[in-house]
Amino acid sequence: MSAARTRLPATRKRRRLYAVLAGLTMLGVAAALVLVAFEDNIVFFYSPTGLKEKSLRPGQMVRLGGLVVEGSVKKAADGVTTIFSVTDLNQAVQIRFTGLLPDLFREGQGIVSEGTLGPDGVFTASSVLAKHDENYMPKEVADALKKSGKWKQPNATPEAGK
Amino acid sequence: MIPEIGHFALVLALAVALVQAIVPLIGAARSNAGWMAIAAPSSVVQFLCVATAFGALLYSFAISDFSVVNVAQNSNSLQPMIYKIASTWGNHEGSMVLWVLILTLFGAMVALFGGNLPPNLKARTLSVQSMIAFAFLLFILLTSNPFQRLDPPPLDGRDLNPLLQDIGLAMHPPMLYVGYVGFSIAFSFAIAALIEGKVDAAWARWVRPWTLIAWSFLTAGIVLGSWWAYYELGWGGWWYWDPVENASFMPWLVGTALLHSAIVVEKRDALKTWTILLAIITFSLSLIGTFLVRSGVLTSVHAFATDPERGIFMLILLIVAIGGSLLLYAWRAPQLKGGGLFAPISREGALILNNLLLATATATVFIGTMYPLLLDAITGDKISVGPPFFNATFVPIMIPLIAALGIGPLLAWKRGDLAGALGRIKLAFAAAVVATIVAGYVTWGRSVFGAVGLGVAGWLAASVCIEFADRIGVGKVPWRGVLRRAAGLPRSAWGMSLAHLGFAILAAGATGASIWQDEVIESIQIGDSVEIVGYEFTLRSVGKVRGPNYMAERAMFDVRKDGEALTTLEPERRRFFVQQMETTEAALYSNGFADLYAVLGQADGDERWIVKVYFRPLVPWLWFGGAVMVLGGLVSLTDRRLRVGAPARKPARPPAPVAAPAE
Repeated sequence: MSAARTRLPATRKRRRLYAVLAGLTMLGVAAALVLVAFEDNIVFFYSPTGLKEKSLRPGQMVRLGGLVVEGSVKKAADGVTTIFSVTDLNQAVQIRFTGLLPDLFREGQGIVSEGTLGPDGVFTASSVLAKHDENYMPKEVADALKKSGKWKQPNATPEAGK
Repeated sequence: MIPEIGHFALVLALAVALVQAIVPLIGAARSNAGWMAIAAPSSVVQFLCVATAFGALLYSFAISDFSVVNVAQNSNSLQPMIYKIASTWGNHEGSMVLWVLILTLFGAMVALFGGNLPPNLKARTLSVQSMIAFAFLLFILLTSNPFQRLDPPPLDGRDLNPLLQDIGLAMHPPMLYVGYVGFSIAFSFAIAALIEGKVDAAWARWVRPWTLIAWSFLTAGIVLGSWWAYYELGWGGWWYWDPVENASFMPWLVGTALLHSAIVVEKRDALKTWTILLAIITFSLSLIGTFLVRSGVLTSVHAFATDPERGIFMLILLIVAIGGSLLLYAWRAPQLKGGGLFAPISREGALILNNLLLATATATVFIGTMYPLLLDAITGDKISVGPPFFNATFVPIMIPLIAALGIGPLLAWKRGDLAGALGRIKLAFAAAVVATIVAGYVTWGRSVFGAVGLGVAGWLAASVCIEFADRIGVGKVPWRGVLRRAAGLPRSAWGMSLAHLGFAILAAGATGASIWQDEVIESIQIGDSVEIVGYEFTLRSVGKVRGPNYMAERAMFDVRKDGEALTTLEPERRRFFVQQMETTEAALYSNGFADLYAVLGQADGDERWIVKVYFRPLVPWLWFGGAVMVLGGLVSLTDRRLRVGAPARKPARPPAPVAAPAE
């Protein structure tokens, strides 16, 4: 009986120790995973001006956002590659993209693309986003435009039915 | 007139909520039965008020009353009735009313079905629930009035965002909200228990069914949302680790942990403080999710309007609710006494492992979601954390989770026999090896994760089946006995096996869908063909079709496999009249193992179209697995009355094998 009584608190303590150790191990593993993943997988966003100022590692994935330059959209000979330029109204960068452009892609529209900058200064995009809403300006693009001083309030009037 | 009634009903609900938040709480503290008794009827009244308001809004949308700003901005007379109705929650204001409607619905259900709850616990729970309702009603009335009028009314409305005009998305918000908001009840129970200073098996028995309802609906809502993204966005992807998706996924992860830890409280009277904490965190993450998608911090299809006032109100609400409940926890939780002892290798131990892994997974998703927002707020640097980050952090946590899940249910409570459990599921090892080899062979050179993922999914599916077969005595008793045992098995046991099996199927689908997809994109003319893994898509025609509120270009593809006609796929591009917005309607053919997926791209002048076709193996399993998980949750829920009706104060008792036949 007394043996059982002395064993009980020890077990309770040990049990708690196991749980805490397991928890700490898990946290350590998670922290390591997160740090390693952050190292490799964070994608920075640049405006065309920012992209030209920065020196990127070759092959580094970045996001590039801006307004599609009016009249810049061309089709390559294969019929499925589109070449166009984006601008923050300061600088422009040419983008090459093979694939289906999003439904809302059009000239003058704000878009965000993800890809790599080639040595020839042409950005090869693996994805182009122009999301969801007619009046939607990707936040990054809006901020980049504000930075370059070219921001105009989009005429998204809340007035209904006009 | 009708909108004014709705507005008035909301104000009335606010007043009732205020009374209900205060009076029963004081009553419970002073043991005043009369004051406590207010909680139940006022919960019902509160629900009826909000239901009236919601009904008024729904009616305004249904009859296209464009003198209401909200209707004018988010609906159109040409929309089919179902989307007029769906427009009710397809906007910020309406979706907040739906939020509160479900919040008060849960309160009313506790009031109505909680007859044998201890009166103190009931009063406090409903009071806490009412505090949340009060805050959100105030939020609606101060910043997001859905009943604002417009004079003069416009001739027609501005239409619901065309992307949302889809049956999957008409259903997605209500489902998701029942899940999201349903966790509020677990939260209210947790806060009430902290105030009371008592958590016992009966408490867990009360919390579990509510958590289970919320969990089942949240699962359904997330799966529906994912399904929508898959076929409506036309990118062939099903999960983007978009912050908005993560916002609903985090409560799901912690909610799943809560569901499991509540079992330990109920059966073994252990893990009490941890369970309370999980209940608080789950609902806090629901609130954070609501904040993220509603405040305009994130730009997405969910962020209907960006209004800084709303963001600040919600931020304050968040700080008060989460900070307050965590403070209360820090103050009161140490007084809750722990119960049953157990060895590390035991059912409890396995459930703790489940909780640790799920909590860790939630933490990584949380960091990946919030870090870019914080960095932007602090330094102005803009980064995005996309799928590679989550694949590198989340997946390595899920694999041990699935591996352990195969063993956990086989371990006994208190002290398990690992070697014995592993011995019982020898076949599962074989299944895992076979699945790994097959997957490795089929996906050779694509990704190591494919083989590993399918291997653990096979392991889980096999061990779930073995455990279930064991339980109903396959191979030990004659077939008739097996059937009788299966029918007599508690529904919660059925539910567990189904949900775990569904998870295995979903894991297999997720693995397959992530690592293996073939796509071909080409610019073709009518009569041309595109070939993908042995399937030949021939573009037969492209025609114009008129829908109720859009014009569509519809392509017809004849799909052949080995020269034999298989099916016809008809993808569309729709241009909606009002918003002049184009949407893609992908066309799908599924054989249960893989999807063929065709998208019609932009016309390319001279009678050419860009088309994209995908071959997506195992994607159907995602939806099937999700559906089986939801089914598991619902089946387990039918066990509820058995559990609730059972005498409440015998924590150490295993679930009695109930003899009642399945009805």
